[in-house]
Amino acid sequence: MSMDKETVRKVASLARLRVTEEELDKFAPQLSGILEWIEQLGELDTSNVEPLSNVVDIAPVSRQDEINDGNIQSAILANAPEAQSGYFTVPKIIEQADN
Amino acid sequence: MAETVKGDTGTWEIVIGLEVHAQAISNSKLFSGASTAFGAEPNSQVSFVDAAMPGMLPVLNAYCVEQAVRTGLGLNAKINLHSVFERKNYFYPDLPQGYQISQYQHPIVGEGVIEIDMPDGSIKKIGIERLHLEQDAGKSLHDQHPKKSYVDLNRSGNALMEIVSRPDLRGADEASAYLNKLRMILRYLETCDGNMEEGSMRADVNLSVRPMGENKLGTRCEIKNVNSIKAVQMAIAYEAQRQVELIEGGGKIAQETRLWDPAKGVTRSMRSKEEAHDYRYFPDPDLLPVTLQSEWVNEIKETLPELPDEKKHRFIKDYGLSLYDASVLISERARAAYFEDVAKGRDAKLAANWVINELLGLLNKNGKSIKESPISAPQLGGLIDLISDETISGKIAKDVFAEMFETGKDAAAIVEDKGLEQVTDTGAIEAVIDEILAANPDNVAAYKGGKDKLFGFFVGQVMKQTQGKANPQAVNEILKTKLG
Repeated sequence: MSMDKETVRKVASLARLRVTEEELDKFAPQLSGILEWIEQLGELDTSNVEPLSNVVDIAPVSRQDEINDGNIQSAILANAPEAQSGYFTVPKIIEQADN
Repeated sequence: MAETVKGDTGTWEIVIGLEVHAQAISNSKLFSGASTAFGAEPNSQVSFVDAAMPGMLPVLNAYCVEQAVRTGLGLNAKINLHSVFERKNYFYPDLPQGYQISQYQHPIVGEGVIEIDMPDGSIKKIGIERLHLEQDAGKSLHDQHPKKSYVDLNRSGNALMEIVSRPDLRGADEASAYLNKLRMILRYLETCDGNMEEGSMRADVNLSVRPMGENKLGTRCEIKNVNSIKAVQMAIAYEAQRQVELIEGGGKIAQETRLWDPAKGVTRSMRSKEEAHDYRYFPDPDLLPVTLQSEWVNEIKETLPELPDEKKHRFIKDYGLSLYDASVLISERARAAYFEDVAKGRDAKLAANWVINELLGLLNKNGKSIKESPISAPQLGGLIDLISDETISGKIAKDVFAEMFETGKDAAAIVEDKGLEQVTDTGAIEAVIDEILAANPDNVAAYKGGKDKLFGFFVGQVMKQTQGKANPQAVNEILKTKLG
């Protein structure tokens, strides 16, 4: 599978990455190359192999339903570029509605 | 029964599927140990996991898994012993991770079915497509500041059960009946408090229209921000009309997300969401697939309470109640238990009448729930016993009932204190009747001359004289013989 410039542009925009035209020209063939390389795995017949979700054989870990975290408002907000009255503040989100 | 839209070109059928987000009842969040309590100080119930600090890892809350399985069993659904958490990627200020941990290809619960009660007394089965577990996002407040939005992450990471119905609903009435029944089941199971005002149960409406008789589904729109059953009904009515008018005017429905605007009573397009619909799901590498043992699922099944529909069918069968009475009584678990307490060893229909017509009416008027009733179930039973053994008449019983509600006293004590026992001694009643007949010779003559209506006058006089305590049946019988 090869990736054209438009696909790269879309993927970049979904990831909120700003890329220039020159970068698109550079990234498209690079990403295509990576995909083609990975696609070699498709040559193997895996029809009788269960998908692998875990390379180390450990049982899934879970927690009991206990409250043992939180109440650290100042630590949570410590790195916020902006906070007011205990809230994170961000530039106003305006829902772009039309019709 | 289904509601339709009458257009210029013919009749249109409304096809609806609902996605309900139900917050699972748990102390702590789906992947962290922070509290889920509603209404706390902003950002006080947030762990570093919920705030998506670098390097933090989610650890699954086993109880939330149990709640999802319990709910699945209550929806008569297939429990998937293998399910997978995936990342749903999108950007929004109240989603600190930049993705929501959800389930996509392998949900924890598969297909199920619930019954809804139609206004004509029939039952319709509504298919459940799936239930999956996911994290809730934080909450954005847009009205606190002219240029800023405020973000509170307290809700971030709460466990949600997304319950997706099949497109089996055919109008606003069926949609609200479905939501009511689903909420009732969740409350019976104690897996979600069903509180729509606090947002612990929220619904998205998927709606399309098609010409009556057509089998193919039309293009649907998803309507968000419908936060009450009333809003669901209004949004459906508006959106169905909009789609029919658009199609009949030669337009085409675009598959899109729309926002219900409760102030204007309209749905409007949320174009900004469209681009974001490319969620690029992939299995979350931080979480292993969830594997359940069928023995464990069976153990949970053993602990399920009797569910609303089973209870309803049993009430109709065992107590001989009407569908309406049974539906009213089962709508809350505590109410059904109260009724069964009262009905035990007594006339069940009489018990149902007193609970529904008298008690629920008065509780409602006083803004009280059945759990706060000043009259306990054994006390109401005591009152009914006094009616059944003819100690008091049904009319006097209503006065006694009002006083019980007021004072919390037992019926027998009130009846004794006030001397309200019914006079069943025929000799005593006869004496009163003789007196009244002797005092009203004109009316006696008129009655004998054919004025049948005067019978009521005599009954009234006897009751007045005995302060309502005479047994009405005995009064009728004796009067008939005397006047006959």
